[in-house]
Parts: sequence; structure tokens; C-alpha cells
Amino acid sequence: MNLLLKIWRQKGPNEPGKIVDYKMTDVSPDMSFLEMLDVLNDSLVTKGEEPIAFDHDCREGICGMCSLYINGEAHGPEKLITTCQLHMRSFTDGETIHIEPWRAKSFPVVKDLVVDRSAFDRIMAAGGFVSVNTGGAQDANCLPVSKVNADKAFDAATCIGCGACVATCKNSSAMLFVSAKVSQLALLPQGKVEARERVMKMVAQMDAEGFGNCTNTGACEVECPKGISLENIARMNREYLVASLTHEEKKEVSGGF
Amino acid sequence: MSKLNSKIPEGSLEKKWANHKDHIKLVNPSNKRHIDVIVVGTGLAGGAAAASLAEMGYSVKAFCFQDSPRRAHSIAAQGGINAAKNYQNDGDSTYRLFYDTIKGGDYRAREANVYRLAEVSGNIIDQCVAQGVPFARDYGGLLDNRSFGGVQVQRTFYARGQTGQQLLLGAYSAMSRQIGKGTIKMYNRHEMLDVVIVNGKARGIITRNLLTGEIERHSAHAVIIATGGYANVFFLSTNAMGSNATATWKIYKKGAFFGNPCFTQIHPTCIPVAGEHQSKLTLMSESLRNDGRIWVPKKKDDNRKPKDIPEGERDYYLERRYPAFGNLVPRDVASRAAKERCDAGYGVGKSKLAVYLDFSDAIKRLGKDEVSARYGNLFQMYEKITDENPYETPMRIYPAVHYTMGGIWVDYNLMTTVPGLYALGEANFSDHGANRLGASALMQGLADGYFVIPYTVGDYLADDIRTGKIPTNTPEFDEAEKQVKERLNYFINNKGTKPVDHFHKQLGKIMWDKCGMARNEKGLKEAITEIKALKAEFWKDVRVPGSLNEFNQELEKAGRVADFFELGELMCKDALNRNESCGGHFREEYQTPEGEALRDDNNYAYVSAWEYKGEHAEPELHKEELKFENIKIAQRSYK
Repeated sequence: MNLLLKIWRQKGPNEPGKIVDYKMTDVSPDMSFLEMLDVLNDSLVTKGEEPIAFDHDCREGICGMCSLYINGEAHGPEKLITTCQLHMRSFTDGETIHIEPWRAKSFPVVKDLVVDRSAFDRIMAAGGFVSVNTGGAQDANCLPVSKVNADKAFDAATCIGCGACVATCKNSSAMLFVSAKVSQLALLPQGKVEARERVMKMVAQMDAEGFGNCTNTGACEVECPKGISLENIARMNREYLVASLTHEEKKEVSGGF
Repeated sequence: MSKLNSKIPEGSLEKKWANHKDHIKLVNPSNKRHIDVIVVGTGLAGGAAAASLAEMGYSVKAFCFQDSPRRAHSIAAQGGINAAKNYQNDGDSTYRLFYDTIKGGDYRAREANVYRLAEVSGNIIDQCVAQGVPFARDYGGLLDNRSFGGVQVQRTFYARGQTGQQLLLGAYSAMSRQIGKGTIKMYNRHEMLDVVIVNGKARGIITRNLLTGEIERHSAHAVIIATGGYANVFFLSTNAMGSNATATWKIYKKGAFFGNPCFTQIHPTCIPVAGEHQSKLTLMSESLRNDGRIWVPKKKDDNRKPKDIPEGERDYYLERRYPAFGNLVPRDVASRAAKERCDAGYGVGKSKLAVYLDFSDAIKRLGKDEVSARYGNLFQMYEKITDENPYETPMRIYPAVHYTMGGIWVDYNLMTTVPGLYALGEANFSDHGANRLGASALMQGLADGYFVIPYTVGDYLADDIRTGKIPTNTPEFDEAEKQVKERLNYFINNKGTKPVDHFHKQLGKIMWDKCGMARNEKGLKEAITEIKALKAEFWKDVRVPGSLNEFNQELEKAGRVADFFELGELMCKDALNRNESCGGHFREEYQTPEGEALRDDNNYAYVSAWEYKGEHAEPELHKEELKFENIKIAQRSYK
């Protein structure tokens, strides 16, 4: 296959960027998309040019490190996969392919196609956990969990934190990401206890990071490589509403002797 | 006297760990916050350790090269995690898990460590469930189990085909909680480039901020390395692209011994190589062997489609050779059997380097829906890569490098031969002997991180409560930083002609051909010569574009591949030294008439621990004799 690639190049966070054209010849349809970029980078390095920076790691669709906006779609044209799982057989000979980084205010570009997604880590640190210390857990089977809820929690838990939802959303909203974690833990008895506090804190951090609001367009669900359902956002809204009506600030109790 | 002291506690096997915990030193809660601990790597072992130590009150600094701790490659583990819970009432026990692990490892692991691993395995499941890890459950709401290779009980807990992901996200959430509290200071996109030794103790590390290129000094009272294995020496492996051995290799060069480097695991069920541009290999979970049947045609060079080959003309070679375990033999056995069939000319697919993994019987027996519920995401992954539908045509699989049992030598406390320097998880030479059983890596990583290091590190740190902050403006830090900078400068200024990957691919080919699934003396000697020559060419001709003080992925790769060269050579030396076959280490000269691995317990029942002696000197081999006091050492049989 012969292809024309139009790739976003940007030297650093505060530098201007631009689209640069690269011609690719003899691309095998069995190659993965990132392997195609490997080949391009190999040739750039050999020519003494700077290779294109892009994030990637596991190359099997689970670590969430790869990104890329390909021909206007997060993770490219196929559904339910990440960019690293995309193969060149999804494109046609002679095609022009536009490759850009995630675009969102809260995901600033680091270099070329690499963005900074540390805002997600900060949202997680605000409340995306169950407050249990190592060593204090009871027997794993002491608390049965209905299979229905366990499966729903699992579906939400499969989020890989890639940020495609944010990149796709016209508002750059992180609601699908946040709601997946809120749902997973709220659906399980282990996470139920602090569900209200959790949703308040995670949403507050999400807002502080500058992510936009949800207007129920549903593009995030369509582009999510793990098929995280919009239902989670509804569940988070309900959790948030209940929490904001009933949530009590933690009272600090001093002394204790 | 040997320099190796494994510090195995006295007493009966069952009481060792409890006794040890009861008698090692503790650090008072008010002293813990004055003690700094560095954790490098945030996978299951590092993430669990960082979270647990911070919960206990230590000041933790954690480092990962990825953009978030949640990306560590533990996330890609598919099948499950073993624990001796006996929830299935099939006679499982701590002893059985211990026994299976020692036997599975072909009697090359330390009894006391493995018993402890089995002992704490149940706590891991409790801990993960409490964190909100959504393990598979049955309709009564209780946890479900499946079976894995090399065992005859169902003790594997799982979360569809994404168990590693869910366990890692559990550890990451525990870390996130501590990051939010300020007890863990997290350094994303930081790569450790050296360890700093002060007065014989590990007191800090030198890192490079991968975003800015800045070289930083970090000090601590103890340093924990949990940076995973070194399968990427082979270039093509199931590891992530960034997985590397730099941290372990740097500590080796600063005095930590390297244990059993030649013990690598070749996983039997991976998607075969498709072309020369391939960047990595993808694993298909071992759990598939629960229901899939492995076969090749009985006729050589049979080019018919698999469905056109009648039942009578198929050779289910694992079921034929190993009737007791069938398709669920351990990984090393399954991999060698596949290689044997393909080498003999019965391989399938274009390359003839593949065998079939067939689900048609399972679909008949269970229905497509049930098969999909069990393995749906794996089938989808396979189809995305190969463009073939495994519900309709058998998968093609072939062995690929997957895991490294070898690693940094540690004592019972997980401390290396350098005081204050620890190695956890896949980074240590670990509990798996010469072959790891499926679903045991997750168990070991989390056992080390949640339930071993939090206790054992206190025993060492108790002597540091009056030390105070470790200064970084000392000659030791100056020297380490200088060396790191010199090497980085070398790469940038070298202006060679070929990219890093060019050399890495060639190294990988040498390793796969001569130090892979089967090894022999002649090949290993050739490999050592070839690696040396290639290494010289690499240093002369590698080209790293860009500059030091920026995000520079080629520069990152150059440093990692430079270390892979040296490690690859040590792997070959270790393989050459071990004149026996055991587990994943198969020396062609040493096999039974049936082609099974032939151990030599009289001469090789030891852990080889290599000591670095300088750039131009041969490393020195130390031997830790393995004593089997509770298990009768025997020829491993799965027939």
C-alpha cells in the first residue's frame, strides 16, 4: 500500500505546531498502525531527522498509553480497539491519513502526538479508591456480591484511562472516565460505604482540572475502545445528586483518650 | 565461605514466616515518617509496596517511566491469580500450592520462599476484593475459579481475560489514595538510570525526567527495585515496548548479584510472527487451554484448511504425550512440544511455525455463548490481529518469550547483596525456579509488595531511625550523576548511521536462535561472540537524533538496548554454565530418550548468582545450594 500521512509536529509544549506530509510506500496491510509509524521513524532517524514522538507501550490494547486522532476519530476508524490494535488493512491503497494528538485543554501537548494526561491521575487521587489498608481485609467470600452487580462493576472497571472520551467530546468532558470509576466502586458493597464522599471529591477535582460538562451527546461511548456505557454517567449523576443532598462534611474528632 | 546468605529462618517450614515476623525489628509509627523509601516501578509489586509502605507511615517516593503508574505492564496479564483458598473444595491447601510451584519450577526454587508465597496467597485475594477488584463470581455471589496449567485443582481467581488489569488498577487505586494524602510522592515519566551507594548501603537513585531531560538526584534510606523482567532482550516478546532491564542491570553493576539469568519463559500460546516489521508479540491467555485443544495434522506439509482435515488425521500431541495433564501441561513442556512438531515438519500456516488451538469441541459442548463469556475478549483480540474468526477456524499459535524467572538475587527478606537495596516481583530471581506456572506471577508480585516487603524492610530500617535525611550533595551522588550524564552525552554526540532498533532486532535474533527455546554449547559460544561484535558496532554506529534536554524517545531506547547487550551476554554465559536441562532452560545435550528435560541434581541443584567484576573482567559465579527438606526431588512428570 502507498499512503500519504499528514502528521501533527510540535517541538514542545509552548511551541507552535503544524501538519507535515510524509509519503509511505510498500506498507503491508498486516502491519499495525504503530508499526507503520515505527517504519517511518526508522527512516527519519536514518536520514538524520527527528522521529515522530507518540505514546505507546503494551501494544495489545490494555495499558491505555497509546492515543492518536486518526482521520478525525479517536483511535482510528475501527470500533472497540485502541490505536495499537488498529491494522493497516483498515485503510485503502492511496489513502491520505491525518494523524493528530488528543485535543483538550486539560491534556496539553508535550511533543508531536504526545499529550499530558496527568489530570486523570489527580482525579483518581482525589477519591478513586476504597479506603482499605493492606492487611485489614476480611475473607474474600464473606460478602457475596450479586453476579449482576459484579458484572456491571466489571464492565465499568475495564476503562483503560486512555482519554479518548475527552478527546472525542466537543466539551472535552471527562465524565465517562470519572463515572466509570464512580460506578464500579458504588456498585460493589466494598465501595458503597464511601460512595457519596467519593463522587463529590472526584467531580470537584474533575472541574478543577478544567474538563467540560456533559451535554449527553454520547460521542464518548461511541469512541471508547472498551465500550464503557453512557449508563455510567447517568449513575454518577444520580450518585452526585444524592450525595449533594445528603453528604455531611467529615467532622474532625480530636482526643479520644 | 560463600558471599550468599539467604537468611532462611530456622524452624519447620510451616512456622518459618510466622516466627520470622514475630522476631524481626519494627519501626515505631512516629519514626516511620522520617524514613524515606524509594520504589522504582509501579506494577503489581512496586505499586503494592509503595501503597502499603505509605499506609504504614513511611515517606515514599515512587517512580515509573510511563505517563501514569496505571500503565505498568502487569496490566497486560490476562488469565488469573492463584491462591490456596480451597473455595472449590477440591483438596487444595497451602502445601499443595507450595508443592505445585516447586515441582512446576523443576526443583530450582527455594523451599522457604515458595512456602511463604503459598501461605500469603489467600490474603492477596482478600485484599484485592476489599479494594473493589471485580473478580468473576458465580450466581450465588461468591468468587469463581478456573484451572491453569501444571495443577490438578481449581485455584485460579480471574476477572475475565483482564485479571492483571484489574489487580493493577486495585494497586494503583491504593497508591492514588496515598498520593492524594501526600504520603507517596509520585514521579511519572521518570527513568532510573543509576543507584547511589553510600558507605556500602543503597541511599538513592539518579533519574532522568523524560519530559524535560533533567537529571535528578533522589535520596532515601532504602531503595526498592520493582521494574519487572528482561524478556525484551529478545526484541520480540509479549512484554510492553518500554519494558526494560536498565534498573536491574544498573544495580547489578553496583554490586547486586544476578540470579539464574538464563531462566526465561517461552509462553506456548502466542499469536505467530506475521512479518518482519513486527514490533511485539501478543499472548493468548493460557486459560484458553482449559477448553481449547492443541493439534497439528498427522501428515507433513498438509496444506488443507483445518476444517477439511478429518478427526482421524489430526495429532492432538499434548493429549497423546501427556494423558494425565493433556492440554494443561506446564508452559515449558507445551512450548517445547510445539517446537518439536514444527521442527519435524508438521507446523501449520504460511510460516509453518504454528500449531492449531481449536475450540470447536468446546463450542459443541458449551455453546458459543458460554465460550464467548469465558474468552470473548481474547477471541476478539485474536481476530483484530489476524483477521480470522476463532469461532469458525482454529487459532494459530506459537511460543513466544513472555517472562523471566531469573532476576536480581535476593535473600528471604527480598534484600539484594547490597544492604538497603531490595528487588521485588519479576525483577528478582524469585520463587518460580526454572519455570513459572500460569497465574503465579500476579500472585508473587502482590505477595512481595503487599505482604512481604512491608514487614521485612522494617527490620533493616529500624537501624536508620536516627540517621536523618540522606544528603544528595555528596561525592557518591556527584560521581553517579557524572557517569549517567557522560553516557547520555555519548549517545547524542555519536552521530552514527543506524537507529537503535536496528541493533535491538539483531540482538533479539541472536538470543532467540541460540539462547531461546533450545540451547546448546556450540550455539551459546557463538552467541557470546556475536553479541560482543554487535555491541561494539552498536556503540560505534548508533544514531540518536535530538538533544538531551527534551522528550527524546530514541535516547531512552538507546540506554535500554545498551544494557540488553550486556545482559544478553550474561544470559548466554549462565546457560552455558548450566550443563543440564530444567524448566525453561533446555540444553539439547541433556534430554531423556523421549525428549524431556534431563536435570542433573547432583551438580546443578543451585541458584547461580553472578557478581559483576568490571567491564573487562569475567563475572564471578556464586552458588546458593538448594536444599529440599520437605519435598522429595524427583523427575518431573506430567504423563
